[in-house]
Amino acid sequence: MKRRTFTKLTAGLSLAASLFGTSALAQDNMRIALVVKALGIGFFEAAAEGAQEAADELGGVEVIYTGPTDTTAEGQIEVINALIAQNVDAIAVSANDTDALVPALKRAMQRGITVISWDSGVAEEGRQMHLNPSSNALIGNMIIKLAADHLPEGGDVAVLSATTTSTNQNIWIEEMTKVMGDYPGINVVSTVYGDDLADKSYREAQGLMQSFPDLDAIIAPTSVGIVAAAQAVADAGKIGEVNVTGLGLPSEMAGAIESGASQSFAIWNPIDLGYSATMIAHALASGAATAEPGAEISIGRVGTITLDDTNAAAMADPFVYDASNIEQFKSIF
Amino acid sequence: MMKRLITSREALLVGAIALLLALISSRFPAFIAPANLVNVFNDTSPLILLAIGQMIVILTKCIDLSVAANLALTGMVVSMINVAVPGLPILFILVIAVGLGTLLGMVNGILVWKLAIPPIVVTLGTMTIFRGMIFLISDGKWVNSHEMSPAFKAFPRTELLGLPVLSWIAITAVILFTVVMTRTTLGRAFYAAGGNPHAATYAGINVGKTQFWAFTISGALAGLAGYLWVSRFAVAYVDIAGGFELDVVAACVIGGVSIMGGIGTVVGALLGALFLGIIKNALPVVDISPFWQLAISGGAIIVAVALNAQANRKKGRIILKQAEQAT
Repeated sequence: MKRRTFTKLTAGLSLAASLFGTSALAQDNMRIALVVKALGIGFFEAAAEGAQEAADELGGVEVIYTGPTDTTAEGQIEVINALIAQNVDAIAVSANDTDALVPALKRAMQRGITVISWDSGVAEEGRQMHLNPSSNALIGNMIIKLAADHLPEGGDVAVLSATTTSTNQNIWIEEMTKVMGDYPGINVVSTVYGDDLADKSYREAQGLMQSFPDLDAIIAPTSVGIVAAAQAVADAGKIGEVNVTGLGLPSEMAGAIESGASQSFAIWNPIDLGYSATMIAHALASGAATAEPGAEISIGRVGTITLDDTNAAAMADPFVYDASNIEQFKSIF
Repeated sequence: MMKRLITSREALLVGAIALLLALISSRFPAFIAPANLVNVFNDTSPLILLAIGQMIVILTKCIDLSVAANLALTGMVVSMINVAVPGLPILFILVIAVGLGTLLGMVNGILVWKLAIPPIVVTLGTMTIFRGMIFLISDGKWVNSHEMSPAFKAFPRTELLGLPVLSWIAITAVILFTVVMTRTTLGRAFYAAGGNPHAATYAGINVGKTQFWAFTISGALAGLAGYLWVSRFAVAYVDIAGGFELDVVAACVIGGVSIMGGIGTVVGALLGALFLGIIKNALPVVDISPFWQLAISGGAIIVAVALNAQANRKKGRIILKQAEQAT
């Protein structure tokens, strides 16, 4: 009995809230909350910067950058509850837990708040859409493109992966193999596994340079491997002969870019990610777009995304870092 | 007697290493080029350092599973110090590394000596604690190559008489500990305490204290290797040298160090480490599927240990000549 009254009450409240929400929209700034895993992390500070950029571009949008002080789901639930109480227009969250946030986010959606997840997703019922930084196909293409771009006349490249059973790396390498036809003259001569251990990756990279004296590039789609390979190339005195590339973090790769062991590498750009999340949240909250499978949503300067069957979408190619922008990003993440 | 020991164990291992090198060179001739062998020795140097320490611990009937975690913690601490005070001379870094490693080794030693907790339990515990401490002090973040000072990274790579300093440190340790183990009271006490603890006690050797010193030496070498490791690979993070303690124990066992204590030499540990080091360095170049590499490493260890066990087996006294012939 009691419960029923409560349900009625919440239903009534949410109706009122959504009415209030729409009426508020007409007069005030649209308020979009960017909820991150924890405050004080460089990656998310950069995402907030991107969100602000989107807000300035759109106009009439206020970005609320918030999150717990440590990376816990409980902390995020509190933050989300507070945002519901403030009746923001949209919540874009990078979740600390896939399932734990769902009840709180459902409550937000019942109040008419647009809810999307980005970077680290929540379960389908807890959000309207999810924005992945990239997709396996895009990453697979990017890692071979990075090597090919510096080899206009073709050449031999080798892959230094994590473990033989690493799901992500195996999928990326598979996707890479599919698009090899687009890069004539580039031969993948070997795939070796450094097990994500610095010493083993270093030895494997040394082994590659010995086995293939004409090797032109090492592709390491793993952050431990790419750093170790760059060090091995530098120690072997092969800077300029062997280009190390793949996926890595700017803070970890700054030394390799500086020494020239790596010409360029890729990883998501947090600024673009915050920018796109804000753009999507705005489009959904303003009614310019609806979150349904197959829907296309414009994300400003980054392009357009297409939602898949689970209402998830990939933002773009991984972002390329090289000598021109490493200084800016190495302190970010 | 002495001569027979040398012909049986160390000579066997030297023969095995020669055979291994011959096998590898049949598939990849460049492997046995002198320059490459220098590289292999250099790459194996941290393993040699740790294997010497581990050998001493195993001699006293103990085992030190915390060496890799000690290495990682010391490595993280010195690299964080280097980031905070880039101008600090390398000599101080070395002193801090050895000092901290010694301290961590002493913690193991005290627990084994004073509280008489089984060493495998103590070091399993401290292994986890050390790894946890790295996470606490670093917040899970990496110390990267561009944050380390050039001098910090250059030290193990500096070449002296054609060999990098890293290799010279390993060579020095081998000579130093050969002398300690064969020519000093403490060295002989390690053998006595492990070979026959009761007899050692009657001979006036404090077994617990001897074990304490064994852990201390092992810790000091792990600490030294910690600095060398992070500067060589130019990166420090929580998981560096993950699982390395098993390589260290394997190197000792291959080198003829008896896990029951009391038997083993520095040269044996050196050869055991080299054997493993050659396999690790050869596997990437001999073009064997990575799926087989682990199995081959493991198989080599078992074969080497089986050979050693055969060599170590005490020959029973023949009582019935006829029965022996019958079998």
